[in-house]
Amino acid sequence: MTSSTERQAPDVGTCTVSDATPGAHGRNETTLRRAGIREQFGRWRQQFVLVGTIATLFIVVGTINPMFLSGSNITNIFASNAYIAIAAIGMSLIIICGHIDVSVGALIGVLAMVSGWLAVEEYPTWLAWVAPVVIGVIVNAFIGTLVAYGRIPSIIVTLGMLSILKGGLISVTGGAWLSNLPPDFLIAQFQLFGVPSTVWFMVALTLATAVWMHWSFLGRAFYAVGSNAEAAQIVGIQTAPTVVMAFAIHGGFAGVATVLFATQMQVIQATVPVNLELAIIASAVVGGVSILGGRGLVVGATLAAILFATINSSLIFLDVSAYWLRATQAVLILGAVLADIASRRKVR
Amino acid sequence: MNVQAASLPRCFRHEALLLVLLAAALLSLAWQSDRFLTADNLLNQARLMTEVSLIAIGMTFVIVSGGIDLSVGSIFGLVAISMGVLWQSCGLPLPLAMFLAIAAGGMAGWLNGFVVTRFGVPSLIATLATLILYRGLAEGISQGRSVRGYPEWFLQLAQGDLFWAPHQFWLLTTCAVVATLILGWTTFGRATYAIGANETATWFSGIDTRCTKVWIYTASGLLSAMAAVIFVSRVSTTRSDMGTGMELEAITAVVLGGTSIFGGRGTVVGTVLGLALIQALKNGLSLAGVKSDGVIVVIGLVLIFTSIISNLCSHDEGRS
Repeated sequence: MTSSTERQAPDVGTCTVSDATPGAHGRNETTLRRAGIREQFGRWRQQFVLVGTIATLFIVVGTINPMFLSGSNITNIFASNAYIAIAAIGMSLIIICGHIDVSVGALIGVLAMVSGWLAVEEYPTWLAWVAPVVIGVIVNAFIGTLVAYGRIPSIIVTLGMLSILKGGLISVTGGAWLSNLPPDFLIAQFQLFGVPSTVWFMVALTLATAVWMHWSFLGRAFYAVGSNAEAAQIVGIQTAPTVVMAFAIHGGFAGVATVLFATQMQVIQATVPVNLELAIIASAVVGGVSILGGRGLVVGATLAAILFATINSSLIFLDVSAYWLRATQAVLILGAVLADIASRRKVR
Repeated sequence: MNVQAASLPRCFRHEALLLVLLAAALLSLAWQSDRFLTADNLLNQARLMTEVSLIAIGMTFVIVSGGIDLSVGSIFGLVAISMGVLWQSCGLPLPLAMFLAIAAGGMAGWLNGFVVTRFGVPSLIATLATLILYRGLAEGISQGRSVRGYPEWFLQLAQGDLFWAPHQFWLLTTCAVVATLILGWTTFGRATYAIGANETATWFSGIDTRCTKVWIYTASGLLSAMAAVIFVSRVSTTRSDMGTGMELEAITAVVLGGTSIFGGRGTVVGTVLGLALIQALKNGLSLAGVKSDGVIVVIGLVLIFTSIISNLCSHDEGRS
């Protein structure tokens, strides 16, 4: 065991000693290599757990109710939470950097209205798709600037932005819905090889971000800033621009998520699903992104979003009363979080 | 002690800023509408702000101890619907139903504290999960129905007056004073600051940090439960979606009041000032003809600007 990094203090739920440095002094090479393998496994463990849980759900629920495994339902499971998965990728970057964004749900609501308005007013369709991404980047770069240069905690800035965006949206639109969306605007309803475009977006963005986070300078900088901002500064990473970049990229992902969310149906409402930001944060966290920063993979966030969709669908196919749906989901999420924390302690 | 000597002057600087803001808001709003600065109107505001205020007072303790409690809005809804269902569907006498529902709120808060301390789950995650759980339970218990037809004596609890002020005014004042005394002048309160400043050091100083934290979360749950009962009495109906988004309102008030989101710093007085500022804005702007959604925008702007100004004023800011 990596006993030299084991803390003597009672576990108070703060400061995990970084997994990446298993106390190098006084070790022979085999132990080091073994520690390396264990670390690699530890990094992917969450992904194995999530895939395993999803597979188990498919087998168990499919045995009880074979309709669950029909092609259309499986497509539906993967497509329905794709926009949450994409927003959760961006959220993962923020959380890996050691910050949080509670305004993303409100931002998605505003961007959806902008996008829909552009489409209804017969601006070019590509503009209606690109505008949310650009505006998302700008708004979140502004938030990032306040956080990084204004030194205001991200939760406060985004709480304020949540109020501003939510109140502003209702004030401007008066709560009206947008309908009569042109059919070629509805990108979420397009299909490629029989698979909805949302799924392609989700898979492509997840893989691209995962690769980029692992091998690019900026990706590594996010981890460095999140695990120890001062140390990152000392080794030559400019922390403030890095944080602004993380927020800007997160805004871009929120923009893409918005386009997929807004084009799911024939109308766009002036309200977003209640607690959308919490669903997005929960996806990132259940996906193994440490809320303390510096640890986690974006693949986990996507898998967690798929897991949530699978749970939702399973509960419907198992005839769970609609009124108890959310409580059941919550028990499963809480169980997942507790199991994760418990096993992480054992591994450590 | 050291903590006190270092933290109090800084806090008061923020509170002075808030007082100036509050005075400015009151004056400009009074100038906008002649109905604003009347005793009747201001006392009525106490009635309207009590629910959020009780929750925010509990939240102050949670945030000062370095945590956060996102589940308060859901506890609010769970308690409201439990009370209604216990009384109407289960046929219990209403006082007993009230007691049991408030106890359930305390249990819910205790569970938060238990998960946070025993499993070491960060409070943001733990209470995020219980936010969904308690709201789900509320939906399950209500089965989509609302409860109405409360007896007159129950409605008088939150709609009646004592002497010249609403009941809530007295309750809120008592709670604020008691909370100020507990946080500022008791071992428990000082332990709360110490945990927020450095939990490990506090443990090594011989303070049972776990026990203290469990009590803080339980108190937060109990205060949300009380707020729920008062709210039901005021609006005379019960639904399972009551209190949605209340956690953010309470956190906004606490943070506006100068409590550091990292813990270790903050006062109940600040929170009360923050609450008063928000309520003055809500009421004054609505009297001036601004819709409630516009008011939310203003509150968001005030929150961000206060943080910026407060940051500029404090010279010894080192944490990021």
